[in-house]
Amino acid sequence: MGIPFGTDEWIQALHNELNNSDAYRKAAEKWEGDFYFVVDNGDGNPTYLYLDLWHGQSREACFVQDPSEKSPEFILSGPLDTWRKIVEKKLDPIRALMTRQLKLKGNMMKIMKVPKAATELVECCTRIDTEWPE
Amino acid sequence: MWFFKVPEFYFGEDALSQLTLLNGKRAFIVTDPGIVQLGFVDKVRELLETAAFQIAVFAEVEPNPSLQTVRRGAQAMLDFQPDWIIGLGGGSSMDAAKAMWILYERPDIQPDAINPFDELGLRQKARLLCIPTTAGTGSEANYGIVLTDTEEKRKLTLGTREATPDMAIVDPFFTAHLPRQITADTGIDVLTHAIEAYTCNWANDFTDGLCLQAARMVFTYLPRAVASGAADMEAREKMANAATIAGMTLGNSQVALAHALGHSAGAIFKEIPHGRITAIFLPLTIEYIGNGNNGRYLDIARAIGIPAEDEATAATLLAQAVRNLLREIGQPTNLHEAGVDKQAFEDALPLMCEHVEVDANTIMSPRIPDMTEIEQLFRYAYHGQTVDF
Ligand SMILES: [Zn+2]
Repeated sequence: MGIPFGTDEWIQALHNELNNSDAYRKAAEKWEGDFYFVVDNGDGNPTYLYLDLWHGQSREACFVQDPSEKSPEFILSGPLDTWRKIVEKKLDPIRALMTRQLKLKGNMMKIMKVPKAATELVECCTRIDTEWPE
Repeated sequence: MWFFKVPEFYFGEDALSQLTLLNGKRAFIVTDPGIVQLGFVDKVRELLETAAFQIAVFAEVEPNPSLQTVRRGAQAMLDFQPDWIIGLGGGSSMDAAKAMWILYERPDIQPDAINPFDELGLRQKARLLCIPTTAGTGSEANYGIVLTDTEEKRKLTLGTREATPDMAIVDPFFTAHLPRQITADTGIDVLTHAIEAYTCNWANDFTDGLCLQAARMVFTYLPRAVASGAADMEAREKMANAATIAGMTLGNSQVALAHALGHSAGAIFKEIPHGRITAIFLPLTIEYIGNGNNGRYLDIARAIGIPAEDEATAATLLAQAVRNLLREIGQPTNLHEAGVDKQAFEDALPLMCEHVEVDANTIMSPRIPDMTEIEQLFRYAYHGQTVDF
């Protein structure tokens, strides 16, 4: 059985993959920033996943019930289908942003300074045995 | 989902006469002092005056235009209130024109906030027309903008789809008397654009054909343009067109590893022009990507008439063909030949490797080198060895 996407267990799995990845650590060595990944499930109840990235490590990762709990620097949101394509490496997140399939709140230029880190983060996602809702 | 965004083009002999049909009242020409001296600004002015335009000229664009220059140009635009912006020159003038225009439309934003993700709402005040005077950068055909922050000593690669020129005029008149060396330096960059845009991760159905056509045209016409100059206007026209065709693929597709290596080496060895230094890395990246079995070189090889049977031989033969072309047009095939001092190279190597690792073009490559491989690629480029890893 895989880990269901959008759960606390899933973002924890990503946290572990990131902290085990030499490539990610090197690519994001000089970078810091925390995120909400917002998944629009199409039912008016979006899922909020919190991830705090700090100099090549994940410091905290959790499912958030109430989005007012944290105030991350970046909010990345998109429909479930778009997230799935990104996690399965079928869609480059930069291209998803350029075609507005994914929306970002926060300083884009800060993210664009570490393109390799974004790529390695996606690599980590692909290593999670993810289960998707029907 | 993806997009394909290009300007409206007028090309070929007398394409410039299209200026007399331009609708508008006030044109602001962005260019550099060399272009003024060549009489090109007067030529453009004359045609625009036929169309009853009021004209202002900003002729202070330097090579590698700075943010400071862009801010000054934007202020001059705010004073003149043009309804057409005309970028006339090489990549520097056209990129500066794009950035000045954006700041003229949106004085509230900072140049480094020009990104492909936010909507800027341009074209409230003016439209953009680009006229290239070299055959190389292809900036007239896309939304890329490269500026230099001289205070922080860094290159800014900016862009927004909205900054794609409304119109581009590609007239071989401008390149007829282009000096031999500039013809070679800028012309070879067209090939690097075409091959990288065909093989990078963003390659797509809409750009593939353009890449193959541009590559084919460079192999056929660049040696002629370099050898014969104005005596071979067919070659001049074809190279002008090839540059724009390859330029259309940038942004819609991308450039990749050769450009990442070329940018980082070029930032240190500034005396070597972009096209020349980047092309040195082109055959090495073809071999490197081919060795990883990640290439799409068979199509390119076939397009230029190389008898390759499979991807592996296509990469080897194409890299060889690129080296032969470089020699034929008198360009260096390695950094040593390009005049890079061995000690200066060794001193710069760690910094160059670091820059390649974080360059956005690196991750466009279908095979991404790690730090050890980046260093090896540089070392192989120094002597022009065949990549065997
Ligand atoms: Zn180039």
